[in-house]
Amino acid sequence: METLATALGHYNYVITIFLMMIGLYIVVVRGNMVKKLVGLSIFQTSVYLLYIAPGKIIGGTAPIIDPAFKVYSNPLPHVLILTAIVVGVATLALGLALVVRINEAYGTIEEDEIFERDRET
Amino acid sequence: MSAVWPHLPILQVIIPLFGALLAGFARRSGAAFAITLVVSWLMPLCAGAMLWQVLASGPISYHLGSWPPPWGIEYRVDVLNAFVLMLVSTIGAVIMPFARRSVAFEIEEGQRAWFYCMYLLCLTGLLGVTITGDAFNAFVFLEISSLSTYVLIALGRDRRALLAAFQYLIMGTIGATLYVAGVGLLYLVTGSLNMVDIAARLGPAWADNSRAIIAALAFVTVGVSLKLALFPLHAWLPNAYAYAPSWATAFLSATATKVAIYLLVRFLFSIFGVAIDFRALPVAAIVVALSLAAMFVASLIAVFQSNLSRMLAYSSVAQIGYITLGIGFVNLAGLTGGLVHIVNHALMKAALFLAVGAIFFRVRTVRLSELAGIGRKMPITMAAFTVAGFGLVGTPGTSGFISKWYLALGALEKGWWVVVFLIVASSLIALVYVGRVLELAWLREPSDAIKDANDPPLSMLLPLVLLAAATIYFGLDTEWTAGIASMAAKDLLGGLR
Amino acid sequence: MSLDLILRVGTKLILPFILLFALYVQFHGDYGPGGGFQAGVIAASAIILLSITFGLEAAHRIAPQSLVERMIPLGVLIYAGTGVAGLLMGKNYLDYSVLAHDAVHGHELGIFLVEAGVLITVASTMTALFYAFAERGR
Repeated sequence: METLATALGHYNYVITIFLMMIGLYIVVVRGNMVKKLVGLSIFQTSVYLLYIAPGKIIGGTAPIIDPAFKVYSNPLPHVLILTAIVVGVATLALGLALVVRINEAYGTIEEDEIFERDRET
Repeated sequence: MSAVWPHLPILQVIIPLFGALLAGFARRSGAAFAITLVVSWLMPLCAGAMLWQVLASGPISYHLGSWPPPWGIEYRVDVLNAFVLMLVSTIGAVIMPFARRSVAFEIEEGQRAWFYCMYLLCLTGLLGVTITGDAFNAFVFLEISSLSTYVLIALGRDRRALLAAFQYLIMGTIGATLYVAGVGLLYLVTGSLNMVDIAARLGPAWADNSRAIIAALAFVTVGVSLKLALFPLHAWLPNAYAYAPSWATAFLSATATKVAIYLLVRFLFSIFGVAIDFRALPVAAIVVALSLAAMFVASLIAVFQSNLSRMLAYSSVAQIGYITLGIGFVNLAGLTGGLVHIVNHALMKAALFLAVGAIFFRVRTVRLSELAGIGRKMPITMAAFTVAGFGLVGTPGTSGFISKWYLALGALEKGWWVVVFLIVASSLIALVYVGRVLELAWLREPSDAIKDANDPPLSMLLPLVLLAAATIYFGLDTEWTAGIASMAAKDLLGGLR
Repeated sequence: MSLDLILRVGTKLILPFILLFALYVQFHGDYGPGGGFQAGVIAASAIILLSITFGLEAAHRIAPQSLVERMIPLGVLIYAGTGVAGLLMGKNYLDYSVLAHDAVHGHELGIFLVEAGVLITVASTMTALFYAFAERGR
């Protein structure tokens, strides 16, 4: 009962881990390369959530200094994750570009079929 | 000169960055190569000046944008990272002349400028990871170097290079994401991203947050271990090294994994070690166990390879095992051995992979079955290969022996006789796979496939011979390798709790 | 031709507003959500919309491949160059306070230049990505 209460109290971490495991599962289990990249994106997204969620301060506003407001959300996690998102987008774009090239070279993007074609030659 | 002096830490990172941008602008391979060569030769000057400064007067701290730490990003240079900076920039400078002909041979004209651009970005990332004192900044630089590495690998001549790059992309991104998750947990616990500041705040936070801190330690260790290819997380490495352009393989094998090892050492000793007694946790024991497994399993796999670059790639996994073994000992001799092997292995592996590149340049194949008698056709290349190969085995008189000597001392200090025996035994396996190549190269009659081969031109030969000579030189005079490594190790162990 | 009349006219009407909105997001980034990243993506979306409706050739006339490929390093060069400007004026890298007569205006100018660099790089990278994928297999 106490464990359950702890888990519910930290529901943002529960969601983070849940997303992380979903992403990792897709990366490991799926043979289709585009699906692998989708899994990888979900995996990265979970970490964005890990940073962003604690940055929210209840009742806080966007961190733009204004005499009307006293409480601000923590901007640093957002800045960090903006950077991480850019890194993630770059990775995804590069990954997709590689998949396109692989498809041109092998004629498939299923991993097991590619290994088979490499064995043939 | 005096105006440049205080800005050396940032120049170390932005000169290659500007070089990459200019190479991207230039678009013509000749101009891009000239820019790359100048930048590569400037880097050791910069790193050497900082190393000298650190040895003379202690750590350098540079504040980006003049924001004082812990608020701003701090570049912090101490003996350990000055040592690694020197290694990375020297390797880049020494092997750069080799690149022009090798790259011209293996890569299409339209892509050569991009190749140099990607190499310089990779160099920026590697130097950045090493120099930064900010945990998140290290992630950004790590990804800059990784993303450019994926491109470098994908430029390889074979279609399997694409597959290798894709697999590395998946594994590398998982590693980086785990690392950043670990840093996130540290940030949640301490509210800081500056490494020194995290270390100071982590100790007081331990009582209330021990579970989060252990989770952070696990995330960071596993994430960085993926990047440094610690057994059994090495699956990406053999294909990536085998199918990347030869020159890129030489550079990456000598530097990329080494920088990741540096990051692991930094986190274990300068952050977690300062705050908590990580010897009470099983981290070091796990690292030692995996390192021993790497030394044997990867060496054994290397024995059965039919492709020379794949053999050397598996040997890299085994050699990384030696480095992490020393780190796992957590004592002065062991850590010195691990750190000195970073340098020694980098020099040897760069020489070996350059020799492979030279062979490919002349005979267009690196399959062992077709290389019989290659030593008689390319004597200088194979002589350098032989010297570096003996270094890999750890023959006395080569730098490899120095590393293994310190590692054995570290094991003895722990009272682990078995480990000393295992170090010697795994070296014998290395003797088998190196010896197999040497027998093939020197004692067989040259086959028809290689009858027209001869030594490559001077620009390719010189880096190779220099690196092989360094393997012998640092086996006799250890002041610059083991001397500095033991100073760095003393610093790290002195800070431990 | 006749079937996509609404699409063509609609695109032509909406394009200037997309670009205007990109500029608004860019310059309002100081006080409100926005900045170079978002503005760059919005500006690139204008080019992408153009090439979806009028074909790649039309987009290439406005933003040729070679120009786009040079703009990617150009933007980073502006960003890094702003940092070096601080270096040349005797302060640390990325120290904007020396760029103008006082520190506050210096920071404003520094951020402005950095965001301009980000805008150029992000817009051209997005366009280059779109070109690269759109031209494959044709």
